Amino acid sequence: MSLWNKHAIFEKNPILLLIGVLIVISIGGLVEIAPLFYLKSTIEKVEGVRPYTPLELAGRNIYVREGCYNCHSQMIRALRDEVERYGHYSLAAESMYDHPFQWGSKRNGPDLARVGNKYSDDWHRRHLVNPRAVVAGSIMPAYSWLAKNDVDLAHIDQHMKVLAMEGVPYTPEMIEKASADAKAQGTDDDPGAADFMKRYPKAQARAYGEDKGRLTEADALIAYLQQLGTQVDFKLYDGKANLR
Amino acid sequence: MAQTGSIGRLPAQKAMTFGEMGLSVAAVISAVLWVYITANAWTPEYAFHAGLFALASVVTVFLIVNRYQARPAELPTQEINGKPNYNFGPVKFSTIAAMFWGIAGFLVGLIIALQLAYPELNLGLPWTSFGRLRPLHTSAVVFAFGGNVLLACSFYVVQRTCHARLAGDLAPWFVVLGYNFFIVIAGTGYLLGITQGKEYAEPEWYSDLWLTIVWVTYFIVFLATIIKRKEPHIYVANWFFLAFILTIAVLHLGNNTTIPVSIFSSKSYIVWSGVQDAMIQWWYGHNAVGFFLTAGFLAIMYYFIPKRAERPVYSYRLSIIHFWALIFMYIWAGPHHLHYTALPDWAQTLGMTFSIMLWMPSWGGMINGLMTLSGAWDKLRTDPVLRMLVVSVAFYGMSTFEGPLMSVKAVNSLSHYTDWTVGHVHSGALGWVGYVSFGAIYCLVPWLWNKPKLYSLKLVNWHFWISTLGIVCYISAMWVAGIMQGLMWRAYTALGFLEYSFLETVEAMHPFYIIRAFGGGLFLAGALIMVWNLYKTIVMPAEEIEARITPSLVPAE
Repeated sequence: MSLWNKHAIFEKNPILLLIGVLIVISIGGLVEIAPLFYLKSTIEKVEGVRPYTPLELAGRNIYVREGCYNCHSQMIRALRDEVERYGHYSLAAESMYDHPFQWGSKRNGPDLARVGNKYSDDWHRRHLVNPRAVVAGSIMPAYSWLAKNDVDLAHIDQHMKVLAMEGVPYTPEMIEKASADAKAQGTDDDPGAADFMKRYPKAQARAYGEDKGRLTEADALIAYLQQLGTQVDFKLYDGKANLR
Repeated sequence: MAQTGSIGRLPAQKAMTFGEMGLSVAAVISAVLWVYITANAWTPEYAFHAGLFALASVVTVFLIVNRYQARPAELPTQEINGKPNYNFGPVKFSTIAAMFWGIAGFLVGLIIALQLAYPELNLGLPWTSFGRLRPLHTSAVVFAFGGNVLLACSFYVVQRTCHARLAGDLAPWFVVLGYNFFIVIAGTGYLLGITQGKEYAEPEWYSDLWLTIVWVTYFIVFLATIIKRKEPHIYVANWFFLAFILTIAVLHLGNNTTIPVSIFSSKSYIVWSGVQDAMIQWWYGHNAVGFFLTAGFLAIMYYFIPKRAERPVYSYRLSIIHFWALIFMYIWAGPHHLHYTALPDWAQTLGMTFSIMLWMPSWGGMINGLMTLSGAWDKLRTDPVLRMLVVSVAFYGMSTFEGPLMSVKAVNSLSHYTDWTVGHVHSGALGWVGYVSFGAIYCLVPWLWNKPKLYSLKLVNWHFWISTLGIVCYISAMWVAGIMQGLMWRAYTALGFLEYSFLETVEAMHPFYIIRAFGGGLFLAGALIMVWNLYKTIVMPAEEIEARITPSLVPAE
């Protein structure tokens, strides 16, 4: 009986009640979140993951803007059928430079974590204009405006500056050359391509669109999609060493 | 307009209060700042939003000055003839806003449900495509509809159970108007492509900052009202409201820690990344369910069910256990959204364990709500409003059983990424949050507008049955669709190959998407009946309603 009566202390002191609530709701979050920042095993040790190029970053922002995450996951679970359908299960390291993460929660469409290099640029272009032209039965909306809009690269260096502040390893040189690099990546045989490739190893530099003179939102988005899940070489990846 | 209680005394010298002066000055500064941002914004979408902020700031100054000129010299008294002088203006505003946003949110839900069945309905336009409308739907129902229901009910309940007038003069109005302005900014932002890309936390940095200001004011108003209460004990509903307001503040700040690219850009980058961002997102996301859609609405249950049934809460001790256990365990449940992903296993297992344990406090709350009807069960036959409230608790029980089940890793491997999750969410959202909100609003409107009863209980009955049928269609279609989808994704042929292409699983969903849209349409139809009923209740003179309902006092069927 006495214990029940003791609860009155919370019922009569709103500040005590508040402090009690604050303590009780803090525990779970602290235990689950804080260790992810210091346990070294949280993010696997793996070669090849690099920050997005300026053009890919612009493409990723379009992916976010259009809400692609509402229907497409970017997280292959460690389950037999998923690995067979989409490829190697996703590693935490593969999204370590993703601000925000885009793992998604629903598959109205297929997972995109390893969609890179699965389809041609041409396929992606047609698919974005009218998904049912290449996939009969698809329920994806048409994104025809992406090919009409020029991609906005005016402030892309400032975007990269903010990401660098947040821990993405962009060098001052990468930030300085951002718009030149975007052009170099989206154009065939651009004179800046060699320099660009030095800054972003294994990036894919080519004209992503049919209209060679300009860079559209579709080009940027396709550049982003075509590198998804391609950065880690799984022939060299030691899964056992990274068991968590 | 409030009446002064000072007839016969000399009128006091009329002067602006500190709050009126302070808020006007703040609004003027804000107007200047936002005009400057409008002029320099990097994108037309952001310039539009900055313009809206500037406009709202100017309107604020205008409203304050107008109100000052119209009001008597003395502010409304705390009490009139020894009874609390309740402040129901902001409550009324939020109640009407809730009805408006409810209809809007349900309608957008119906549209996107149809888009999944008929993709042509995306219309090929940026602002009508599924990816932008889906956040509009979720935010409109959760934050706009649910949020206004919570504002209205919390401001009503805290005054009634504390026997005290709502703290502050301008502050409660600032909260309800400011919150609804946040909704407008968030919603138009999604349509224009302004989003953080984090589920249920899509609004960008400046909307988040604005919401923080509004929410802190909400917290202060609520707490200050409790502090000046005339009752020795804080009523159980207020524990839940307080936990809801405080925890949502913590979650909002944690999940929206972001750095804008520039003050002239709507874009920001969240400081968290990858796996940590995922964990923080679902710590936030699941507790938006746990505290916004559960703790807040449990508070509504704890006031409106005893009130409507005219019975005391079943068990005081159960309330205590249920309260502390619920808020302690909910916070842990987030990782069940990330089973088998790149989140470390230890976190997944913790999340699953607590999700299963959460079943107990959830059902503790359900039992406390349902058993409150002890001795009053017969009222379910005659009072459709009480029936709605009670069925909401039954749905709460069902979805808080289904939730722990789906958080089991083996079950989740099938259900995750499928429409089963969507069905689960909607049994909670339509059945629990929807019905407890409708029940509360049906109670509130006659109380607030001083009407003896609702315009028509028969229409409440229609609302109840039409929307119940809608919910049943919705959730059973999603169960079948989700489980089928999950099974098809993992089906193998005898030769060991995956049996279905992804597209085949999409095509198999088509009939269920139509049934789901039909169910959603029924739910919307029910809500429209409610709005009509409440509209008639508000506009019809009290005597006419009295005359209308008197003959209906025949024995119930």
